[in-house]
Amino acid sequence: MKKNLFFLVIGVVFGTILTKGEVISWFRIQEMFHFQSFHMYGVIGCAVVVGALSVQLIQRFNIKTIHGERINLEKKPAQYKAHILGGTLFGMGWALTGACPAPIYALTGAGYYPMITVLFSAVMGTFTYALVKDKLPH
Amino acid sequence: MLEILKQPWPWYITGPLIGLMVPLLLIFANRHFGISTSFRHICAACIPTKNPFFKYDWKKESWMLFLAGGIIIGGWIGGDALKNPNPMQLSNNAIELFASMGFSDFTEISPSAIFGWESFSGWQGWLFMIAGGFLIGFGTRWANGCTAGHAIMGLSLLNPGSLVAVIGFFIGGLAVTHLLFPQLF
Repeated sequence: MKKNLFFLVIGVVFGTILTKGEVISWFRIQEMFHFQSFHMYGVIGCAVVVGALSVQLIQRFNIKTIHGERINLEKKPAQYKAHILGGTLFGMGWALTGACPAPIYALTGAGYYPMITVLFSAVMGTFTYALVKDKLPH
Repeated sequence: MLEILKQPWPWYITGPLIGLMVPLLLIFANRHFGISTSFRHICAACIPTKNPFFKYDWKKESWMLFLAGGIIIGGWIGGDALKNPNPMQLSNNAIELFASMGFSDFTEISPSAIFGWESFSGWQGWLFMIAGGFLIGFGTRWANGCTAGHAIMGLSLLNPGSLVAVIGFFIGGLAVTHLLFPQLF
């Protein structure tokens, strides 16, 4: 339970950051896809730099988890066809809704309740993927 | 004090803080940052199905559902309790563009003309929310990750596959923005 509380707290922090940083805004996402502002590129760029530096430090100094375990830095398996094709469909949804998965949750919390239909439809999308995945290139 | 907390955060605060999610989850829980697999867990938990893709012990993986629950609360904190009362500081070019699309209220995070319940009485709600949501859920599982799992976590691990996925995100987003939206607005 204590562990779940940790993830809940991390989620609260992450959701607050996404919202105060306007990352959950359809306007900001459109502005990004029109290359009209540096805002979203600055957000994603800084996040990747901090994330990548953290991973490098963990590797270089062989940092362990707080429980003394070796940290798992295994990459997701390379499935280039799935990455590019699935990624393209995902990007279409990102532009339409102005939200990727985390912002769907954050917008719901911010009082944009119709976003619940986006969540429902995304769950249906994942379910449909499972039905047809053996027929798709990966 | 409250006035200060209600201010929006610039990219150079927001970005590094999002990046810190990566080491926080690694060091405290040995987990990879991501959120889209929560859709799969919701399927596994809620939909009675024999599909092997959903035959696993989702309760063992439920940490991401707690993360999702936290994000909902965080959305309330940032978007309601500490809501920015002023219009968003979008670029002038963007404001001009949105005005031409019929949007002028930038105190809203998203245009309620598209993302309100009433837009289900027309085609807008079905395209933007239902089709959009479906593409997100289908696409993210096919690509095996979303903006968190690929763009932030995957790129932090210097995974070339994640770069391919991010390129896909932009191909799809740019296509909808520049090919579809000009037909609609």
